[in-house]
Amino acid sequence: MHARLIHRFLQCLLVAFCLTVTLLATDLRAADDLRTMVNALGGGNFQQNQKQVEALAKTGDPRIVPALEALSEGDLYQRKADGTVFIVKPAGSNFTLIDAVTGDAAGEEAKAALEKIKVNNGLRRTIRAALGGLTLMSPDTGVRLQAANTILRTPSADALDGLDAALAAETDGTVRAVLEKARAASVLVSDRPVDEKKAAVATVVETGGRDSLSLLSAALATADESLRPDIEAGITKIEDRQALWAAGQNVWYGLSLGSVLLLAAIGLAITFGVMGIINMAHGEMVMLGAYTTFVVQQIIRTSFPGLFDWSLAIALPLAFLVTGVVGLAIERGIIRFLYGRPLETLLATWGVSLILQQAVRSIFGPTNQEVGNPSWMSGAFDLGGMTITWNRMWIIVFSLAVFAFLLFLLKRTPMGLQMRAVTQNRRMASSMGIRTPWVDALTFALGSGIAGIAGVALSQIDNVSPNLGQGYIIDSFMVVVFGGVGNLWGTLVGAFTLGILNKFLEPYAGAVLGKILVLVLIILFIQKRPRGLFALKGRAVEA
Amino acid sequence: MSIKRRATGALLAAILSTTAFHGAFAADDTIKVGILHSLSGTMAISETTLKDAMLMLIDEQNKKGGLLGKKLEAVVVDPASDWPLFAEKARELISVDKVSAVFGCWTSVSRKSVLPVFEELNSILFYPVQYEGEESQRNVFYTGAAPNQQAIPAVDYLMANEGVERWVLAGTDYVYPRTTNKILEAYLKSKGVAAEDIMINYTPFGHSDWQTIVSDIKKFGSAGKKTAVVSTINGDANVPFYKELGNQGVKAEDIPVVAFSVGEEELAGLDTGPLVGHLAAWNYFQSVDNPANAEFIKTWQAFTKNDKRVTNDPMEAHYIGFNMWLKAVEKAGTTDTDAVLDAMIGVSVPNLSGGYSTMMPNHHITKPVLIGEIQTDGQFETVWETPGLVVGDEWSDFLPDSKDLIADWRKPMECGNFNVATGKCGGKGS
Repeated sequence: MHARLIHRFLQCLLVAFCLTVTLLATDLRAADDLRTMVNALGGGNFQQNQKQVEALAKTGDPRIVPALEALSEGDLYQRKADGTVFIVKPAGSNFTLIDAVTGDAAGEEAKAALEKIKVNNGLRRTIRAALGGLTLMSPDTGVRLQAANTILRTPSADALDGLDAALAAETDGTVRAVLEKARAASVLVSDRPVDEKKAAVATVVETGGRDSLSLLSAALATADESLRPDIEAGITKIEDRQALWAAGQNVWYGLSLGSVLLLAAIGLAITFGVMGIINMAHGEMVMLGAYTTFVVQQIIRTSFPGLFDWSLAIALPLAFLVTGVVGLAIERGIIRFLYGRPLETLLATWGVSLILQQAVRSIFGPTNQEVGNPSWMSGAFDLGGMTITWNRMWIIVFSLAVFAFLLFLLKRTPMGLQMRAVTQNRRMASSMGIRTPWVDALTFALGSGIAGIAGVALSQIDNVSPNLGQGYIIDSFMVVVFGGVGNLWGTLVGAFTLGILNKFLEPYAGAVLGKILVLVLIILFIQKRPRGLFALKGRAVEA
Repeated sequence: MSIKRRATGALLAAILSTTAFHGAFAADDTIKVGILHSLSGTMAISETTLKDAMLMLIDEQNKKGGLLGKKLEAVVVDPASDWPLFAEKARELISVDKVSAVFGCWTSVSRKSVLPVFEELNSILFYPVQYEGEESQRNVFYTGAAPNQQAIPAVDYLMANEGVERWVLAGTDYVYPRTTNKILEAYLKSKGVAAEDIMINYTPFGHSDWQTIVSDIKKFGSAGKKTAVVSTINGDANVPFYKELGNQGVKAEDIPVVAFSVGEEELAGLDTGPLVGHLAAWNYFQSVDNPANAEFIKTWQAFTKNDKRVTNDPMEAHYIGFNMWLKAVEKAGTTDTDAVLDAMIGVSVPNLSGGYSTMMPNHHITKPVLIGEIQTDGQFETVWETPGLVVGDEWSDFLPDSKDLIADWRKPMECGNFNVATGKCGGKGS
């Protein structure tokens, strides 16, 4: 009895041991197979590697995901000595090697001893599709969503089984919606029966959007007769919906262009609109603000990389200070001798603008400088049928905030009161004990400082080069004159009107002709109303 | 007193005469090279680099002992991105400074502005930038790419490797993009692309609001056929264009953009992360791996004292042009214009992409064509190149007006626009 028990126990142990060994062995063998397959990526050209990636994807082994991701990022290298492929991380002049299959550290190697495995768009597409299939069951919702989106963009009949399995297991609503659409898209390219395809068309039409249009148009080319009317009706339906959204999108683009114009012009609304100085160096103040952002980002990049998302917030007050001080110096040094002589002011400030441009060119070089977008200003989101980019949205918000701040400053603070007093009746203000020269200087500095913070915002969407300001000076004058000199509200309305007008003309007339048409319209408008939209009434106008 | 004064006078005279003599000697002992690139204004961003590159090449040559036993001397002028000023400055270089050759110009309009000056005063211009073709002048050597050395191979690549069927031709509104797009449109149609599958779009110089156009491109690309953008957008407008592409999520895998005016220098001002995979077609990339290029980059970074300075295609064009000129002058034994013009044709020098470039009788050179994809580090990775060298074709075969024209500056033809149909010199153009 006892002996039999021991015997049974030993038998079990033996079986268990054998099982472990075989399991281990298959695991090891699979790892070896995978490694051979990954290593084969080293010698191939783009076409061969595409096949190799497809073969790797067929194994369905999640261990190859890091290697494929690294290949797509260009971080997969082959050691020249033995042809082994590694994932690498730069470490000084060397690379840290990571085993491509197991993910273990594998020492260091000089850069020259490794050769990069090249990728092109075709290969990247294949990798994306492969990764989409492999990561559909990932525990991370974000990764699953990305995988579903990937399949949606590259639908294939092969993906259907995986999609069905994923749909059965999916609990997250957003991912589920994308998965269903991806499944419908894949059904459309498969050889499933017509009824199933009809249902798929309905699903795709239901979700709408531009990618649906693309899917349906592609399907239309290969669809058989019975399916055609369904698809055509679907396309018309989506196009009608899109046309409605297109109008909304145009208004949004117009607002966005208007906000840029407002930012560029609002400083000028102070110096030209309120003070009456034709300040040709206004654009260069914008440019200096953008360069301040660049310098701030440079310092943050080298010394405090963690603060990068805050770089714009740090740059804002600094840009205001830098350009404000430069503005103060220009006013005290040049403009105060030229009050009441508009032609000389124009020439002098134009000279200043050339000096500032060349100074920046000599210090920073003539080439563009890289100003990065913080993460909260990159990318876009969809609102119905519209695509809204984050940077444009924040710039609209920012321009309105600056406008409100300026309005408050002029209407609700003692400094604003003095400014308005001086510009309306200089001698009276002086008799009341206001130091008019200093108010002039501060007003000019304020206008320049506002131009500087506009530069911080514009550095996010435009080149940071010495010529940055030139592109905005004409537009700024146009906005201020159109809106009505001396009126902040006029500048606001003027900027948004011109922006929206421009964006509604652009799709019909093209960018070049659109701009010309806007100029012609402004000339005609100024003929009719020489003082702009909101003409200032009263004594100030005559002075 | 009087003796002292006379002595001073004599001393002064002696000093004056030695300086005069020295001056004359110096003038005789150098060969002057003119550099005609804008150092201020809108084009300074691109052209200043070329001025520096020329100064470096001249400096290096002087270290090797100069030319014909004389030192080279660079004469730099600044035409300030002002097209008529280019003609004035060119005249100054040739008649006042007496330069033996001029290296310069970037935009086609500046080149057109100086052409009559070079013809009238019989001097030599080396033009280093890719351009629209449709020109061949006796006094000009075109070391940049003609359309068949850049645009056409790029379109071929997209058709063959990416299966592109729908095309957006987007450009800045001036002569180079308009002519190139005209050639491309004719070429695409000859390849069976339907008119509704081609969208042509022009924007002003320095255009910065790309929202509408990028969204139009997305719309055009959602017709179920693979779409690509061929960009002849020039200069500053590129940065906001690529930023908008990145932000609106146009990925290279979906709608690739191939650019003809975007090089390493333009990418230096951009975060290239979202742009990986977009393409450019050039005859040279900084990433080309060979000893000559490594040496060139090292010298350039040492010369500019900046180990992050990038090199680009027009710099290589100047490198080739300058070495060709040196060789031709050595062959002719003089810097006399007519002798050098004769000696130039057939001159062959190493280029930086690992081969040789030869000056052809049409004053264009042979070059390889490389297609590169943008990488995260702002460099291009070559994904395709022509198997051999491509000869620059000045008169496009795809435009009905110019397909019968050829240029050959060898004796006895000596003609820039010979019409093979009529057998006469003097077809279209000058």
